[in-house]
Amino acid sequence: MVNLVGIRDLKVEATTDSGRRVEIINGVSFDIAEGEIVALIGESGSGKTTIALTLMGHARPGCRISGGSVSVAGKDMVTLSEKQRARVRGTEVTYVPQSAAAAFNPAATIMDQVIEITRIHQLMSSDEARAKAVDLFRALSLPEPETIGSRYPHQVSGGQLQRLSAAMALIGDPKLVIFDEPTTALDVTTQIEVLRAFKSVMKAGGIAGVYVSHDLAVVAQIADRIVVLRGGEMQETGTTQEILNGAKHPYTRELLAAFEPKPRGAADTADTVPAPLLTIEDLVAGYGPRQADGLPLVRAVEHVTLKVEKGRNLGIIGESGCGKSTLARAIAGILPAAVGKVVFDGKELGPSARERSREQLREMQIVFQYADTALNPAKSVEDILARPLAFYHGMNAKARSARIDELLDMVRLPRNLRHRRPTELSGGQKQRVNFARALAAEPKLILCDEITSALDAVVATAVIDLLKELQRELGLSYIFISHDLSVVEAICDEIVVMYGGRKVEEITPAKVKTPQHPYSQLLFSSVPKLDPAWLDGLEQDPELVRAYCRR
Amino acid sequence: MNNRVLSLVLSRLLIAVITLVIVSFAVFFATTLLPGDTATILLGQAATPEAIEGLRKAMHLDEPSIFRFLRWIVGLLQGDLGTSYANEMPVADLIGGRFVNTLQLAGVTALFSVPIALTLGITAAMLRGSLYDRAVTVLTIGVISVPEFMIATSAVLIFAVYLKWLPALSFANEVTSLTDLLRIYAMPVITLTFVISAQMIRMTRAAVIETLNTPYVEMALLKGASRPRIVFRHALPNALGPIVNAVALSLSYLLGGVIIVETIFNYPGIAKLMVDAVATRDLPLIQSCAMIFCLGYLLLITTADIIAILSNPRLR
Repeated sequence: MVNLVGIRDLKVEATTDSGRRVEIINGVSFDIAEGEIVALIGESGSGKTTIALTLMGHARPGCRISGGSVSVAGKDMVTLSEKQRARVRGTEVTYVPQSAAAAFNPAATIMDQVIEITRIHQLMSSDEARAKAVDLFRALSLPEPETIGSRYPHQVSGGQLQRLSAAMALIGDPKLVIFDEPTTALDVTTQIEVLRAFKSVMKAGGIAGVYVSHDLAVVAQIADRIVVLRGGEMQETGTTQEILNGAKHPYTRELLAAFEPKPRGAADTADTVPAPLLTIEDLVAGYGPRQADGLPLVRAVEHVTLKVEKGRNLGIIGESGCGKSTLARAIAGILPAAVGKVVFDGKELGPSARERSREQLREMQIVFQYADTALNPAKSVEDILARPLAFYHGMNAKARSARIDELLDMVRLPRNLRHRRPTELSGGQKQRVNFARALAAEPKLILCDEITSALDAVVATAVIDLLKELQRELGLSYIFISHDLSVVEAICDEIVVMYGGRKVEEITPAKVKTPQHPYSQLLFSSVPKLDPAWLDGLEQDPELVRAYCRR
Repeated sequence: MNNRVLSLVLSRLLIAVITLVIVSFAVFFATTLLPGDTATILLGQAATPEAIEGLRKAMHLDEPSIFRFLRWIVGLLQGDLGTSYANEMPVADLIGGRFVNTLQLAGVTALFSVPIALTLGITAAMLRGSLYDRAVTVLTIGVISVPEFMIATSAVLIFAVYLKWLPALSFANEVTSLTDLLRIYAMPVITLTFVISAQMIRMTRAAVIETLNTPYVEMALLKGASRPRIVFRHALPNALGPIVNAVALSLSYLLGGVIIVETIFNYPGIAKLMVDAVATRDLPLIQSCAMIFCLGYLLLITTADIIAILSNPRLR
């Protein structure tokens, strides 16, 4: 078999803000055969996107290809001039971006952007290009293929945009398509449809691909071969089967282990009488002006009732827009509930945080998804943690300093980190500081809103383990909000499935295999498995898909 | 979809009208707050109290100010700008010719400065970080920092005194040929172009650079698009809103803010008229000039807003 792509000893250099040069890719070599799909897998910062972009001769601003060769169909992309590279881009190698929503120009119609490649390279007449685009839309099972092109990007859904960006990549009959985390931003039920569409189109055209992802299960469905990366270096490479079943490198095994389901096991508190810590009754919350009936115009949470017992954890799972974050905000009083009761530790709380006593606020803390935006970048870790200590406990400077050390120990961060600012920490470290801030209040209940979603699998597993440990030591309860079933399964005693603002089912992790409600069935069956045959073997009731997926 | 644009545009216009009413209120009462009694100033120190009283009655100065405001507003709406206190001429006649002069100067300046500023701003953004970009940035900062009377007097010194190419004063009424026109406008236009271009260049450059950093521009690059195509097809349409706003703000300066340039070149424009009116306490003239400036400003800003709305498909 002839190799389409040959990467030899590739080196990429980045210039840091201080002007120092750092090698971010250090001697990577691999080949791609015609029609073969190779996955680049690794956590964020491992250089997978950087390598993929060198296949188009492109390095992001601040980066530079400093050595090695990248031959694509006989041309070395490293030595080509910018003009020659432009000629290859779009015709021989094309790109499907991570966030199609950001990669479409908001000021132009979809059709204009999909056929732009044919215009730039003068491949065919405008009418032919349009006809070809409509064929591609059909092949990618997009709705209304004839007219969807005349819309603007903001008028179609995220899953549709992602498939439209694949059409954009395929219009010029490329030999190689680069997929850069194309399904990461999508819900699991949408991801399935998009993956299927990609797979069938690539197979039908015999097109080679590079699939960049951090999700082994997704990669297992689509890739023939896997390259595992870490810190800009290749760790391991092999066919998908080899990697999944016989990974040799410890890092690969760690990645695989992060996938192993780790059920929480029986609750330790089985012997004590369960006492409700938090009870939510018939809660309605939403946005927009209040209507005549006292309800907000857009209701994101509709009549939800649930209960959290002391020392036990409740998971809330659902896709984006199902109202799970709004529910957390209503419980915390950030967004006052329009109707319904929040009873905490036997006392009914005011709907708005302003109406709650300081003690009530202290006992219930919320941790947000993005530590990047939740931590003030101008303050040091020390200042961030000292604030709740002074506010809730009125500690003096000396007591605060001692407590900050304890808190850092609790979240397994070295004590000398206290003088750093959030920008000087890694994603996992930031999330730990974010969590330590909630712990500083010494709460009884912590609302965790997607706190592991922005983290890599290995880091997320470590954070989850930390949460479990702290729970044992401090007797905390968590409400754990996530779209990721495996995370919720790992830590929760009870799981609530939400859809369209309503609670559709309450289930225990032991029964996750057999949900009763059709939406739960669809949701749980859509979570990718490591088995490469999973996607092809998966059968979902089309009626169900139509009813619950806004594709 | 189009209903939404219509309602957005109408709401912009409504806001403009409301602003105009508030400004008219402010202009009227601010001018009545000026110290001294108009009748006394008009008649001089030697006037008898009876004469002053008579004049106050005749000018309705003895009425409560709210009635005078309403009288003035109704007059404005009917196109009656009032009569000048200083020389008994209708304000409309006084302003008329001067206003046309100001518009001519503003028009010619806009004709030169806007294309120059946009070209420099866009090219500087395209060649970001290059020597050219740095030269443009340093120059614009330099021009912003130099006061305009400095530029104007330097221009007079160089072109009129040493080189003797151009006349030092601009008598806009004595134009007989095209060369005359060019010679008369050359220096005021050069000075004003310097003053208003700098801001436009900086804003255009910033707006284009911001859109050049977006993922859709990287996507266009990865489609193999050329640099001009990336800038004109993908970056510019999305930077249009901030750019037209910067242009409108800069151009609004050409109506009321050109007093220094008008004085130095002795150009008979409306800004000079207003300053003269302040010296003679000619309230109707001051008020009318202020209203014209405000109207011009609102017209420019509202137009910029409407262009920004129309250029955004999410609003269209």
